[in-house]
Amino acid sequence: MNRRTFLARLAALPLSRAVARSVAWSAGPMKAHIFGSLPAPGRVRRVFAAGPPAAVLAHVLAPDRLLGWPMQVPPEARAFLGPAVRERPFLGRLSGRGSTVPLEKLLALGPDLILDAGTVDATFLSAAESVHERTGIPYVLIPGRLSDSPWQLSETGRLLGAPERGAELAREAERLLAEAGEARRRAGARTPRVYVARGPDGLETVKAGSLNAESLALAGGESVADGPGGGVARVSFEQVAAWAPEIVLTQDAAFFASAPRDDRWRRLPALRAGRLHLVPRLPFGWLDEPPGVNRLVGLPWLASRLHGAAVGSDEPERVRAFHLAFYGFAPERPAFERLLAGS
Amino acid sequence: MPRWPWLILGVLLALAVVSGLAAGPISLGPADLLRALLGGPSAEGQAAMVVWSLRLPRLAAALLVGAALSAAGTSYQAMFRNPLVSPDILGASAGAGMGAALAILFGLPTLGIQAAAFAGGLAAVGLVTLVAGRVRRHDPVLVLVLAGIAIGTLFSAGISLAKVLADPTVQLPSITFWLLGGLSAATPGDVARAAPLVAAGLLPLLLLRHRVDLLTLSDEEAEALGEDVPRLRLTLIVAATLVTGASVAIAGIVGWVGLVVPHAARLLVGPRFARSLPAAVLLGAAFVAIADTLARSAAAIELPLGILTALVGAPAFLWLLARGGRSS
Repeated sequence: MNRRTFLARLAALPLSRAVARSVAWSAGPMKAHIFGSLPAPGRVRRVFAAGPPAAVLAHVLAPDRLLGWPMQVPPEARAFLGPAVRERPFLGRLSGRGSTVPLEKLLALGPDLILDAGTVDATFLSAAESVHERTGIPYVLIPGRLSDSPWQLSETGRLLGAPERGAELAREAERLLAEAGEARRRAGARTPRVYVARGPDGLETVKAGSLNAESLALAGGESVADGPGGGVARVSFEQVAAWAPEIVLTQDAAFFASAPRDDRWRRLPALRAGRLHLVPRLPFGWLDEPPGVNRLVGLPWLASRLHGAAVGSDEPERVRAFHLAFYGFAPERPAFERLLAGS
Repeated sequence: MPRWPWLILGVLLALAVVSGLAAGPISLGPADLLRALLGGPSAEGQAAMVVWSLRLPRLAAALLVGAALSAAGTSYQAMFRNPLVSPDILGASAGAGMGAALAILFGLPTLGIQAAAFAGGLAAVGLVTLVAGRVRRHDPVLVLVLAGIAIGTLFSAGISLAKVLADPTVQLPSITFWLLGGLSAATPGDVARAAPLVAAGLLPLLLLRHRVDLLTLSDEEAEALGEDVPRLRLTLIVAATLVTGASVAIAGIVGWVGLVVPHAARLLVGPRFARSLPAAVLLGAAFVAIADTLARSAAAIELPLGILTALVGAPAFLWLLARGGRSS
């Protein structure tokens, strides 16, 4: 970069920041952020997913085009994935300073585009722009929260050259969101107060309004924890007792096993009423972990646990149907019965 | 020797205990509190549960951690003849942090994380003493410090590696919270496991309290007075590591206590180890208990203990420093 272009960019910096910010926070129609020129949709053959939500998104839409996983996928999760993606390697993630994939390796992989999904703010946009500038690989950022997943699915499907698949999954997502909305409306003003126990001791939780509590809110529940700052907070057990939540959800199998035997936890009204639920997390989490379209399968499950709504006659079969629709593969029924054990 | 410093320490400790029992998100009046205390742990009702299975274990853990870190800090500051030394000088915190981070990465339950942290702290300090014992060409204290820095750095790199490999939505926050330190998870079982270890470490320190001052002399002078310096040093390291490891295992990394409390204790009762050690133990216990009471009752979410010990400790320390400087 010579001095003139450097100065020009320096001058444009406050402007581009401001633009980025307004884009990130505008409530207008959703729009993919694209750096570089994309290959024609039919010519996208190799997709690098920058982070776990993007990997899930690419996997459900075009499994054959996903180069690998940005996160470690443990063997028990791989058992739930189709043969095409089960053996894909761990590649590392791209997220600014926290990136674990070297740009040279990225170049060597030769992706047609880099796909990122989820949070979009000025930091993410500038990091994406910088990766694109240094590698020349087109970079697509799909913004949106869980409620935007129909749009995310159809838009990404279009960009990856799988528009029919995108439209089909978008309709499915629309249906799941509508059902959750219906359950929410039926419950009316009675919003169950939920404590989400995270971490091995159960004393990390997610705050209401955060990304991590999004599916909980969509299904008509409310996290008892509230407050400023990021999504996850540490609390004391006395605070949990003071909140007296009606339902306790956990994603941690070790905690789920130990809490009913723990002298303090088992005295919580929620546990005494048998309302401690283990959130399934295979192949991807149902609450977050990662915060992607994988959470859709958790919505009917949450609605039934929160409001006692009917899940349909056969829950394992319903979950299996979701897997067939989204992941294009599902193991036999017993695997789903095991998955739902404790939930 | 004036008695007032001990009086102050006693009052402070009593204050810490009372506030620790009285404050919390569930409001209990003095009458409820007293009834619950007298009723014993097996009594029915919410007050009994809050007092006996929540506040008392946590208070005991805070007292234990404060006493342990302060005792370790006082011993190391005497041994290294350096007031800037804290209990993690020999890599105990970094080792414990790596043990805990790996345990979280592998999804172990709480007990496994504690055991891994304790083992990690012991392993780091063990490695440091092993290395220092092999190097004979330099001043042994200097070698210990440098080996501690090097091994500590190695283990810190291990923590960073664990963070990079951790799942960012679930495991990474757990590791971060663990490293920030806190007692929100303290259970009666934790206290029961840590207390014997802390006692086993404090006992030799208290028994040796009159001999530790000899370490302020040079090794030759101390040996001329009949002291087996390497042996005394090793005993101190083992004792201090035991108490630090036990406290880190249940509380995570709580900074600043082991560095600042020994100073405050010396300002109160003078520099002799035989007096500054018990003073530091009392003061540290009271200090961490008060900080932890704030940590759990200031807001609905927990404030990390390490942040509060620094926020409360640093101004208090500066004030003591200014005051001590004037009077001498």
